[in-house]
Amino acid sequence: MPDTLLFALEASLNGLTAGVMYALVALGFVLIFKASGIFNFAQGVLALFAALTLVGFQSGQIPFSHLINATLGTRLHHFGWNMPTVLAIPATVLVMIGLAILVERFILKHLINQEPIILFMATIGLAYFLEGFGDIMWGAEVKALDVGLPKGMSMAVDDATFNWFGYGFYIDRLEIWAAGIAAVLVAVLTVFSQYTKQGRALRAVADDHQAALSVGISLRFIWVLTWSIAGIVALVAGIMWGSKSGVQFSLSLIALKALPVLILGGFTSIPGAIVGGLIIGVGEKLFDFFMNPIIGGATENWFAYMLALVFLLFRPQGLFGERIIERV
Amino acid sequence: MSGQGEGMRDTVTDEGYMTADGRKIGGVAMEMRNITLRFGGVVAIKDISFDIRWGEIRAIIGPNGAGKSSMLNVISGFYHPQEGEVIYKGYKRPAMRPYQVAQQGIARTFQNIALFEGMSVLDNIMTGRLHHMKANMFQQAIWWGRAAREEAENRAQVEKIIDFLEIQHIRKTPVSRLPYGLKKRVELARALAAEPAILLLDEPMAGMNVEEKEDMCRFILDVNDEFGTTTVLIEHDMGVVMDLSDRVVVMDYGKKIGDGTPDEVRNNQEVINAYLGVAHD
Repeated sequence: MPDTLLFALEASLNGLTAGVMYALVALGFVLIFKASGIFNFAQGVLALFAALTLVGFQSGQIPFSHLINATLGTRLHHFGWNMPTVLAIPATVLVMIGLAILVERFILKHLINQEPIILFMATIGLAYFLEGFGDIMWGAEVKALDVGLPKGMSMAVDDATFNWFGYGFYIDRLEIWAAGIAAVLVAVLTVFSQYTKQGRALRAVADDHQAALSVGISLRFIWVLTWSIAGIVALVAGIMWGSKSGVQFSLSLIALKALPVLILGGFTSIPGAIVGGLIIGVGEKLFDFFMNPIIGGATENWFAYMLALVFLLFRPQGLFGERIIERV
Repeated sequence: MSGQGEGMRDTVTDEGYMTADGRKIGGVAMEMRNITLRFGGVVAIKDISFDIRWGEIRAIIGPNGAGKSSMLNVISGFYHPQEGEVIYKGYKRPAMRPYQVAQQGIARTFQNIALFEGMSVLDNIMTGRLHHMKANMFQQAIWWGRAAREEAENRAQVEKIIDFLEIQHIRKTPVSRLPYGLKKRVELARALAAEPAILLLDEPMAGMNVEEKEDMCRFILDVNDEFGTTTVLIEHDMGVVMDLSDRVVVMDYGKKIGDGTPDEVRNNQEVINAYLGVAHD
């Protein structure tokens, strides 16, 4: 096999795993958009907040310690114990569910029957609030997140590819794990939404609010449920991205990378989020690989958005989105 | 005793009455007492009282804009009247959200069909059984014990209704692909799946052709016959209403102008003026 093809193949594989990471973020958007028609601008910050909380629990940080120290003149920072990851993750899940309840109670409940754009504005507000709140609660410094997932080059892939092609591929083990976990997550979500009572109620609300009310579904409960699930998906995304590049403010910006994924896959499709993520991931890496020598690099920063723009021109509903049919 | 038309006083007692075709109708299931509903300055319903008896088919008729749908929305909790009381099963009903009303056994259909377009017929009807499923979220999540058993039981119940309404051939079809008449039937199936104490039908035959109307008529009668479902329906087609219903409330400009058996209503001069005669197109 010629070298270029091998390198391209390696780049594609890396693109696939990177794409899974994008898809994880996009998934959170899709869930909330489907159930309530809200484009949740705060999804990225949700991932950041989840990761901050997880690290905070793990390292036994005292929440709001800076605030307490500043007002009372104390010198608190840590409780002096470490919470094991197996406890810290469920604890963070509980925090995310609590957050979902608060979001419903203080924001969504008051905006029932409002235009989508107003709800969108509310999520922008939520994003800024949560960003500041996370900083006050856990501090703004960059933190390392380690939940025990393996990192670094996968020797197995390296060996196998070396035996086949005479060239060892570099694939990060963390990204292989991310792909596996994302697959499990999607499978669980699919089974949940297809075969359980709450899942069916969730789809019903996504489809028609009035009809959902008439069969006895509480919209408020479903919203809390959706935001909880989105919070948990955000936690998974936060863990993956946080393990990869540390827990810091830039984590919330991955939400921007999810936008082109959504435009490709369609805002209402879970498989769309996955496929969209993969296409963006692979496209980005391959474009970088082939075009770098010609235009000099840094294409990864803008390729996804350009691809999204092309899609908007030719297929505005995305690959898997609901087709827009105007009946006159 | 409010809620009865002039001619009904002798025949309708607290225990019930016999219909013309010999069906036994029970006591009061729901009573609307002096309901007034306003939207800003517009009075949609003006001081209306009537009752609904267990097992009967009760129609609400009136010209366009008479307040029929508003009345149905009051019963199903979508609107809350400014004045008056809804007495359900002998108790005054507090202000409730529509989903709570649904959980109390009041199912409904809508004038302009509110189905879950993206779901299959089967899934749509299954949503009607949501509040019959008692398994908690944890059991649901791991699909274990009670959750799996309930799903099977509810599925069996739904299949019965699918059989009954003769929609086997479309059970897996996405609702968005169905023609209008069948959508109406699926909506009825979903309401029935809830095994409602009271079934509310908002213009079940609107926009149907003659054949579809006849089918729907038959289904409504069969449902009442087979399950003894108390049915409240709104309908424009006078022929249909008179054939179907045991008692009829007539509304005009938000007021009640008649209440009684189809025959009594037909001979009520005020009704003739407002609805059958002058105002009707």
